[in-house]
Amino acid sequence: MAEGVKPRVKVPKSASAGETIIIKTLISHQMESGQRKDSDGNPIPRSIINRFTADFNGQNVIDVTLEPAISTNPYFEFEATVPESGEFQFKWYDDDGSVYEETKAIEVG
Amino acid sequence: MKLTRRETLITALGAAAAAAIPLPALASVEDAVSAFTGGAEVGEGGIDLNAPEIAENGNTVPIEVSAPGATAIMLLAAGNPRPDVATFNFGPLAASQTASTRIRLAGTQDVIAIAKMSDGSFVRTSKEVKVTIGGCGG
Repeated sequence: MAEGVKPRVKVPKSASAGETIIIKTLISHQMESGQRKDSDGNPIPRSIINRFTADFNGQNVIDVTLEPAISTNPYFEFEATVPESGEFQFKWYDDDGSVYEETKAIEVG
Repeated sequence: MKLTRRETLITALGAAAAAAIPLPALASVEDAVSAFTGGAEVGEGGIDLNAPEIAENGNTVPIEVSAPGATAIMLLAAGNPRPDVATFNFGPLAASQTASTRIRLAGTQDVIAIAKMSDGSFVRTSKEVKVTIGGCGG
């Protein structure tokens, strides 16, 4: 597991049914592209997050495939519809096999 | 010829390593596009790509892409060592087919977005971004 990986997600605490909400996610990650070389001229191996998904109560909102051209600390902003109260689940898949998860509950009333 | 266990292992490892490197360096924009579209014709319009005209720092260039009615949007950077940037797949709860992120650009180049519409057609757009300092850490 890469060190110091910390997901941050911004989701409103409440919304009305069917409302469109904006979700912002950020995860601290080096996103080593595999293109760089260290001071001895040896290539630094690629180590990135290659997939990000957001689901709400088991239904998919967005599924992103990431390539090395995504910046350090991958940031995503997108919109979701919330039909009912429930929980957003966010997952980041690392090249090394680790999966970082974050959940956010939202109240619909 | 009789293979020892060690020789067999080494051969197998070599084959696995060769299979794991599928010529990424040769992947061109056209290859990436046809892999995404399956060779289908790509139209214009119905897709918006929002990128700065001049990016001072190629390490983080904010990009916003939006294509109402799309099921997936692929981003490409034509001038990067590898053109693939990201592919967004929108699920049933996506309120709009819009996404923003930050990407790396090696230098001044065209950023290309291709959307796959729900009816199976494809549209593309592109925008030139001038980069003052490249983002591939040379």
